Amino acid sequence: MAWLDTRQKLEILADAAKYDASCASSGTAKRQSTRGAKGGIGSTEGMGICHAYAPDGRCISLLKILLTNSCVFDCHYCINRKSSNVRRARFSVEEVVDLTLAFCRRNYIEGLFLSSGIIRSPDYTMERLVAVARSLREDHGFRGYIHLKTIPDADPDLIREAGLHADRISINVELPTQAGLTRLAPEKSSARIEGAMGRMQAEMIDSADARKRYRKAPRFAPGGQSTQMIVGADAANDRTIIDRASSLYGRFGLRRVYYSAFSPIPAASAVLPLSRPPLIREHRLYQSDWLMRFYGFSAQDVGNATDADTGNLPLDIDPKLAWALKHRDSFPVDVNRAPRTMLLRVPGLGVKAVNAILHSRRWRSLRLEDVGRLTTSVAKVRPFLIAADWRPVALADRADLRPRVTPPPRQLDLFGA
Amino acid sequence: MYQIKLDAPDDFEGWRAAARRLARADVPPERIIWSVETAGSGSADDLFAEAFSGAGRPDMDGSESADAAPFAISRAFLDLAQTALLHSDPARFALLYMLLLRTRRAPHALHDKADPLVRRVEALAQAVRRDKHKMRAFVRFREIGNGDDAERHFVAWFEPDHHIVRANAGFFVRRFPNMRWSILTPATSIHWADGILREGPGANRSDAPDGDPVEDLWKGYYSAIFNPARLKVGAMLSEMPKKYWRNLPEAALIPALIAGAQAREAAMIAAAPRKERLSQERMSR
Repeated sequence: MAWLDTRQKLEILADAAKYDASCASSGTAKRQSTRGAKGGIGSTEGMGICHAYAPDGRCISLLKILLTNSCVFDCHYCINRKSSNVRRARFSVEEVVDLTLAFCRRNYIEGLFLSSGIIRSPDYTMERLVAVARSLREDHGFRGYIHLKTIPDADPDLIREAGLHADRISINVELPTQAGLTRLAPEKSSARIEGAMGRMQAEMIDSADARKRYRKAPRFAPGGQSTQMIVGADAANDRTIIDRASSLYGRFGLRRVYYSAFSPIPAASAVLPLSRPPLIREHRLYQSDWLMRFYGFSAQDVGNATDADTGNLPLDIDPKLAWALKHRDSFPVDVNRAPRTMLLRVPGLGVKAVNAILHSRRWRSLRLEDVGRLTTSVAKVRPFLIAADWRPVALADRADLRPRVTPPPRQLDLFGA
Repeated sequence: MYQIKLDAPDDFEGWRAAARRLARADVPPERIIWSVETAGSGSADDLFAEAFSGAGRPDMDGSESADAAPFAISRAFLDLAQTALLHSDPARFALLYMLLLRTRRAPHALHDKADPLVRRVEALAQAVRRDKHKMRAFVRFREIGNGDDAERHFVAWFEPDHHIVRANAGFFVRRFPNMRWSILTPATSIHWADGILREGPGANRSDAPDGDPVEDLWKGYYSAIFNPARLKVGAMLSEMPKKYWRNLPEAALIPALIAGAQAREAAMIAAAPRKERLSQERMSR
């Protein structure tokens, strides 16, 4: 291999890392740097910061790279698989540390998201990842955000050390079903992945427990663990994906499940579909994820919003509206009397609007125009609400309700997807 | 009419002290002209206004007289006012005073989120919070110096929409306490060196350095992390509007990345071997 300069390596190893959707830097412990030789650099204040956005609409919050894109595995969906002919590169531990600090000093990033192809052995690779985090924290007093990808088969002691330096750790389940994994990632097994997730959860619980007794007990991954599923590379439908996500949240206390719409990669493998699933499918899955995390929907509720035949969420309307149209007997909801859980079911009312309604209605009876000031579109909520001066004229029973509330097909901007 | 001159556009303490005295004296909002002291101002004064110093009136000299009614204002109002006051809207002082009078009469007024005045003030605060957040995100330091560690100095040029620079300084101090840095903006500049934060006058873009060798790496990273197969320009623009682009080195790459994206995705699909297209057809059956 010809000698590559830092910029060439960075481009290869960032290009190889971009199929990981997560770039979150929020929700970890608060930390700041202090004056002095050991004072360090960087901070985390709860809210993540997106320092730039790429034209794919994704936030750039972290330096997201692989340590190397060489890999002994041969996962079909992965650009870095053994049989792919992409250019390979490898960073040294020092190079990643220097790059992270140089970017941090210029305020380009919140921190580092480091992953790697598997070289030599899982332990060898994991040890290199941990060495980067250890050097940043211990040699340079780095107080910014670190997300480490962990390798399921690595020594639990290495995973433990990763969690002591990192804010977040993650293992991707990659595909929603074991059948999909067997076909597309023959060297991976969902049992081993879930075993590792379970051990990491146990570490987090132990650490939280120890901190109740000793305030200085070390934190284990205070930003929690997350995972990612590829959507559209196998035949799994939305209902299967949602059930799987819900079970991962429930069993491993995951902070986030990310979805990544399969996108064509250079030098693709023969068993993959050639075309991508519509990005809107990924968006609908994220919306259903929000309904489960913030709106009190169960996986079964969201499952009810899917099409009975295909098991997929509608693409033309959002899952909350789809649920409401299938449960018209639950509407209209009285904005001045309904409990929070029912207000959260109204299409077009977000969590903030619902909280504002609950605050405001303690003092007076709300009219439709009041609701209009709290939401972006009164037209969307109107068919589902009763207000002091408003009652939908049996609109919820109308056969033509769906066309009336479905957003008109929009001419996407020239470059939109 | 009463004329209140605040020391600076973000002079919350000045506004608070004046508002307290005015509210105690039950001065109605329409009888107050709020303005900010600027160097050489005077001609713009309202000829019919009198300065409201409260001189000669025991309840208005700023000190708490024994018989003054307690003046309790909720923490929630103060937090909201402290943020909203940084907005560039000249009406902010008067709006906040109106809201202050209302919360005195009806302590729950702030809870009525659907009320137009509460909405308007919340919107001011929201715009200020967003501007502060965007400054934390989009400030780009450029290094000057000769590579000698003691000489390293990081300088940024930023153009905020609101009067947020002083209020935002603490964030950069907590994050970069061991660097020497300056953030220059049109209205004011802040400088951190040796553990001391100093303020200076406004600056010009040309006062800031025009490049940094690490920017090339950053641009390389920005191009490489972009996935051309999932172009979503609208999503990018809603979070990184064009007004910020001129101060973001990587933004210069955006038009070419967009233009090249569809061609790159088409090339990946066309490059897939014929065998794969056959298997694709098999899968779809």
